[in-house]
Amino acid sequence: MAKKIRVLVAKPGLDGHDRGARVIARGLRDAGMEVVYTGLHQTPEQIVEAAIQEDVDVVGLSVLSGAQMTIFPRICELLKENGAEDIMVIGGGTVPADDVKELKNGGWAKEIFTPGTTLETIVEWINSNVNTD
Amino acid sequence: MSDKMDNIRKNWEEWLESRSKMTDRDFKYETVSALPVNDLYTPLDIEKMDYQKDLGMPGQYPYTRGVQGNMYRGRLWTMRQFAGFATAKESNERYKYLLSKGQTGLSVAFDMPTIMGYDSDHPRAFGEVGRVGVAIDSLADMETLFGGIPLDKVSTSMTINAPASILWCMYIATGEKQGVPSEKLTGTIQNDILKEYIAQKSWIFPPHPSMRLITDIFAYATKHVPKWNTVSISGYHIREAGSTAAQELAFTLADGFAYVEAGMAAGLDVDQFAPRLSFFFNAHIDFFEEIAKYRAARRIWARRMKEKYGARSPKSWMLRFHTQTAGCSLTAQQPEINIVRTAYEAMSAVLGGTQSLHTNSMDEVLALPTEKAVQIALRTQQILAFETGAANVIDPLAGSYFVEALTNKMEEEAEKYFEEIDRRGGVLAAIDQNFFQQEIADAAYQFQRAVDRKKRIMVGVNEFIDEDEQIEIDILKIDPQIERDQAARVQKVRSDRDNLRTGDALDSLRKAASGTENLIPYILECVRSYATEGEIIQVMREVFGEFKEKPIF
Repeated sequence: MAKKIRVLVAKPGLDGHDRGARVIARGLRDAGMEVVYTGLHQTPEQIVEAAIQEDVDVVGLSVLSGAQMTIFPRICELLKENGAEDIMVIGGGTVPADDVKELKNGGWAKEIFTPGTTLETIVEWINSNVNTD
Repeated sequence: MSDKMDNIRKNWEEWLESRSKMTDRDFKYETVSALPVNDLYTPLDIEKMDYQKDLGMPGQYPYTRGVQGNMYRGRLWTMRQFAGFATAKESNERYKYLLSKGQTGLSVAFDMPTIMGYDSDHPRAFGEVGRVGVAIDSLADMETLFGGIPLDKVSTSMTINAPASILWCMYIATGEKQGVPSEKLTGTIQNDILKEYIAQKSWIFPPHPSMRLITDIFAYATKHVPKWNTVSISGYHIREAGSTAAQELAFTLADGFAYVEAGMAAGLDVDQFAPRLSFFFNAHIDFFEEIAKYRAARRIWARRMKEKYGARSPKSWMLRFHTQTAGCSLTAQQPEINIVRTAYEAMSAVLGGTQSLHTNSMDEVLALPTEKAVQIALRTQQILAFETGAANVIDPLAGSYFVEALTNKMEEEAEKYFEEIDRRGGVLAAIDQNFFQQEIADAAYQFQRAVDRKKRIMVGVNEFIDEDEQIEIDILKIDPQIERDQAARVQKVRSDRDNLRTGDALDSLRKAASGTENLIPYILECVRSYATEGEIIQVMREVFGEFKEKPIF
């Protein structure tokens, strides 16, 4: 039997809009993944530490504060410093199209899901892009 | 029962008989809150309603029909658009522009570091300064924000909660500098910490010291700032977090009653502070459900304030509210159609008797709104006020079998929640048990599942999708240089001030916070000595501790 995919759903920064993060966390759990939710107001350091400690395959960052262009690069940098760059970073939230392009091209996010994406789409994407071996 | 009702019942049964043979569309008939609705409402649905007792006249107890006797014929609702960005200087220019166009009320949006009590040069503020609102670190910034704006001539609404006492003191101190006594200041601070624990999540301290700060504000305002609205009890954020309409109604009013009880427990006379409590509701997309919600809110508040809390002043019975259209009903897909959604939502707020209204801009799902989008949003209100006729008649949907039945239903649902909250030991205990948070998370998840499975249609999202859509609307961007400049500014304030005075003021606050005195005079002295918001919060954090939420989902 395949190993279950482990996901860390994280809310970086000061913003408290956690509706999306919670819905996604529950949806991924219902789809059979092992989900850890960090809770609110996490620093990049706290998120990376949790990701390593929980031995996750993927980190999903929920950002609705406009701070995406500082948060994603910082998390990737910290993962690298800790030798954990094999953990995949994805995200979701109110991220304008230009920023999505820049984050993906810069290698700071593998995928960004914007409002209106169904849970099925996200589950399917993770299942076909995350390797648990 | 009268012959008349018997006849109606008989007729209704006949109709039901023939109607049951008809084939209906395959569709789930329920409100956006998943509340089932009948296909027809008749006098039978409101048989027990008593006009005098349940509705009355506008401006009269229980205020179901509105808080003013002449409603919008006296004064239209205030069109109050929320704004604030970057630094105090940029926002000041925007406010002066708005005032020059005849606007008399300002509504200040703060950035996340200000909302969470961090100065702009704090590591936790990194990347967030000036992004979702204006950055205010000290009295110096507040002086700039209102430079050239006489505070005795404008009313200012400030969306600030956990650090509300500090920002309010900065406003009072800015008035002092302008020679405006605090008795003349008018405006609102949101100051609703309970909904922060429940939904919006911008908390700092644990609930008990937070409630103390709020009752300190009530007591200080009663004596020194009598025209100030000391709290805006907010359902908006509860709804945005995913609640149903009935939950928004029930949880918000429960918060309101908790503030009333806290004020009374602090020894204040209910009629001294209750008239300064105001409300803030969401206008979601389900037109009739929203109208019923506002009408029920007024009736429940009036009844409880009079009967349960013994308020004698009609001003304590009246539920006055601001409304904002639902950000969560908007879509990133085909953003222009958000203009239409917002227009329907705004109309429900007006037909529900709102005192002021903010209409969202079509692009808010994507980023801060552009000027063009803000203008369309304001024009939507002006069309509503001057073209549609919606403001001509007071409470025009009263007497509708459906609207009255739904209003009763909303009240009933709210009463059930009040009982549940009482059983759990009150609002603070229920927060501690994660009751509200779990109810809202469940409702949000159910809603999302319904959209994903197309049980609920969202135009442009899961139906009528524009496959080749390229979103082509302008996005407002904030220059990252703003953060560096603001960080330099707060550092300059710290080096230029009389640090002995600041240190003394912070020490006195620390001592007072450990006791039971009213903290507002101490905070005011800190502010006057140019202590920064972050420093004042840090002193209180050391005494009060920090709130931690259990991360449930």
